[in-house]
Amino acid sequence: MSEAALAQKIDDPGLDETAAKLTPERIRTTINRVLQQENSARLKAFVGTCVSCGLCSDACHFFLSHDRDPKYSPAGKVKQTLWEMIRTKGNVSQEFIVRAATIAYTECNVCKRCVQYCPFGIDTAYLMTVVRRICHLLGVTPLYLQDTSHSHASTFNQMWVKDDEWIDTLQWQEDEYRDEIPNLRIPLEKEGADFFYSVIGPEPKFRTQLIGQAAVLMNECGVDWTMPATPGWDNSDMSMYSGDLEIMGRIKRAHFETARRLRVKRVVMGECGHAYRSVYDVGNRWLGWREMPIPVIHALQFYWEMLKEGRLKVATQMEEPCTFHDPCNVVRGMGLHEMARDVVRAFCSNFIEMEPNREQNYCCSAGGGVINCGPPHTKTRVLGNRVKAEQITATGAKVLIAPCHNCHGGLEDIINHYKLDVKLVFLIDIIYAHMHKSNAI
Amino acid sequence: MPENGHWNWEPGERVIHEVKDCDAEVSWLEELHASPDGEQVAVVAKLEEGYGVCVNGKLWEQTFDRAWYPKFSPDGRLTALVNVDGEWTLAVDGEVWPETYTCLWNTLFSETGDTIAACAQADGVYGMVVNGEIWEQLYDTANEFNLSSDGKRSAAVVVMVSMGQAEIFTYQKGCYSVAVNGEAWDNRFVNAWTPVFDPSDKRLAVQTRSTLYDYTIVVDGKPWSQNFSATWEPRFNPSTGAVVAPVRQAGKWGMAEDGRILWDPTFYQLWHQAFSPDGKKLYAIGAPKYGRWTLVENGSPWPLTVGDMVEDLTVSPDGARVAAAAKEGGRWTFMVDQSLWNSWYEMIWSPVFSPDSKHLAAKVELPGKRYTVVMNGKPLKETFEQCWEPVFSPDSRSVLIRAVQDGKFKRIVAGVHDF
Repeated sequence: MSEAALAQKIDDPGLDETAAKLTPERIRTTINRVLQQENSARLKAFVGTCVSCGLCSDACHFFLSHDRDPKYSPAGKVKQTLWEMIRTKGNVSQEFIVRAATIAYTECNVCKRCVQYCPFGIDTAYLMTVVRRICHLLGVTPLYLQDTSHSHASTFNQMWVKDDEWIDTLQWQEDEYRDEIPNLRIPLEKEGADFFYSVIGPEPKFRTQLIGQAAVLMNECGVDWTMPATPGWDNSDMSMYSGDLEIMGRIKRAHFETARRLRVKRVVMGECGHAYRSVYDVGNRWLGWREMPIPVIHALQFYWEMLKEGRLKVATQMEEPCTFHDPCNVVRGMGLHEMARDVVRAFCSNFIEMEPNREQNYCCSAGGGVINCGPPHTKTRVLGNRVKAEQITATGAKVLIAPCHNCHGGLEDIINHYKLDVKLVFLIDIIYAHMHKSNAI
Repeated sequence: MPENGHWNWEPGERVIHEVKDCDAEVSWLEELHASPDGEQVAVVAKLEEGYGVCVNGKLWEQTFDRAWYPKFSPDGRLTALVNVDGEWTLAVDGEVWPETYTCLWNTLFSETGDTIAACAQADGVYGMVVNGEIWEQLYDTANEFNLSSDGKRSAAVVVMVSMGQAEIFTYQKGCYSVAVNGEAWDNRFVNAWTPVFDPSDKRLAVQTRSTLYDYTIVVDGKPWSQNFSATWEPRFNPSTGAVVAPVRQAGKWGMAEDGRILWDPTFYQLWHQAFSPDGKKLYAIGAPKYGRWTLVENGSPWPLTVGDMVEDLTVSPDGARVAAAAKEGGRWTFMVDQSLWNSWYEMIWSPVFSPDSKHLAAKVELPGKRYTVVMNGKPLKETFEQCWEPVFSPDSRSVLIRAVQDGKFKRIVAGVHDF
């Protein structure tokens, strides 16, 4: 059996055990309810417009990595899922639902690269989220992704971080980095600060150095900032990807209302991609806000601002050849690619573009909640992104910068599986190592 | 809010303290905190070794490995969360509670301030500490803490069934309950959120979901008969005892009362509902059109809307007026009496009504990080480096302004017509 075929044999109780309990009636009513009551002209236009031209195919890293297998083409994924649900008026089997969930949750990163190639602008990512919504309402979701959504519902963060653990971590990081910057502070609950720095669950859980490094940056740039000591600190949103839109709205409300409670003018978020999508497009709009009620800017924008204002100063440059991975949600989603390059070029003397790049960049294959589907699906995303490995290798770079947590998780697995000789870093890692630190001892 | 008639309401200005002064050698002073009556200003001081708390320039006798979250109680006592030898406790006016905990956070007060509570973790189990005494029953996890207005009851969402990693099926059977004074209800929920006490502090309502899809309100352990696709936090009618909560049906939000629809689900959003003291009027923040926000009065949205945000809904003491912070185009103003104030600000704080309900005042931020207080739409002539939210005198004739000007913490009593 080929590697690719092996990847499709997946045992996930979140899919199999739950689907086994479904009745034809529940499947039919759920599908028809979502199609008729929860969706609008957008769905009808997309479904009615596709002419099966296949131009979307070459946009998809799964399609390219599986030797142009049409079942991995974006249109092919829609055909195997949503079109069939519509054609049969919801009369599909349990097995169909499991396969539809597998495709929508693990073989599509909802990265939107294909949208750029469709002559009609059909948003296949949106169509896949409709499938996910149906699967959520049927209870058929990958086990680890569902667990993450449970964490959001119970703790308002994606890593089951308890209220006191969050506070303890911030105070520990403050102490830790005072060895280098004695006057460093992580100001908690400072009402009226210019901004609140928000992060995602993995930072207090196992990437704590990112909080410390960000604190060094804030202190050296002399900005007026704060972090909340309450739930609402986590900007991430895996419920958006599992299809539990009600929990998505609940956690996004907590995030924005925490910003309001602290009377900050804006939120600066760490290096995360999907959370940005949730605050500027999906979560905010589900709640009835047309735009972000309190502006949220991504770390890339913040670094760029600090650099342009002369508050962030370059002390040394990294000389190792490096390349930059454009995360889908901050680049295709919000067009931050040139800001990112300005910062990278300021701190790195030997920057090499990967090809394709900017909004044409290939997804990491971890985004869209795919990495949160957990170990059962690791192989699917790694084998489904051979082209990313080839793309990185072709640069000859020794350092790969990826300013997104999910990209990190996905790229780490790609680096290990394809044995790439490249070190993976966040942009803050480089900035922290090479910035001027006037307060350091 | 405790009675404040005994405060000094003589009109005029008094310098309380030079904010940079502290009677100890400090590495730095952190954020200032003003007492409700404006007679004290407190600050956490980083010392060469550890932390202290400085009040009007005098350091508390005891210093700590860490001190943070300084909060004045409504009756004017200063509290801080403090760490001594790796254990946490609460200091009140410099005296620490005798018991210590692995972690203590989120200090809460009763309405008059006579009860002080905090969330606690003790050796891996969670609960609340009230006036220095921890719940008898503690839980593997607790959050969503709340304290009744009389301070006699405390509540939290607690876990009743421990879960291993990714035990989604156990989770979906319902592992959470609500504990009051440490004692858990018999109910089990998939989730529970925002426990709220009624005005008499005898009843408790909470949002729950009993499956991943069925949301409702549970009052004293009894769920409403109707489920909804989503809910927001409940509130009690102070007159009738009925419970109202925003509920979502067919993609729109309405208001339900005791499980029955009170306001039809026609809103794109509806939340932060609040009753008038007599229970006859119910106000809320709502979006009658997608992306347009306003206040809603007994189910009817006001005719004006803003696009960015409406928050901080505040009902006047007589219940006849309501005000809120409104944001449009990135700037803030106040929405009151079905109109917006003419001036727009960089940032605004919650509106405050006078006891007679005739005046509305608030702290605002002006360009250049200057602050002042605005009364009925008119600003005070003076501006400050920092100020706190205004407090009205009981006769509604004066307002207390606590502010920092030229490095001095000042207590200013102004007439409501001085603006």
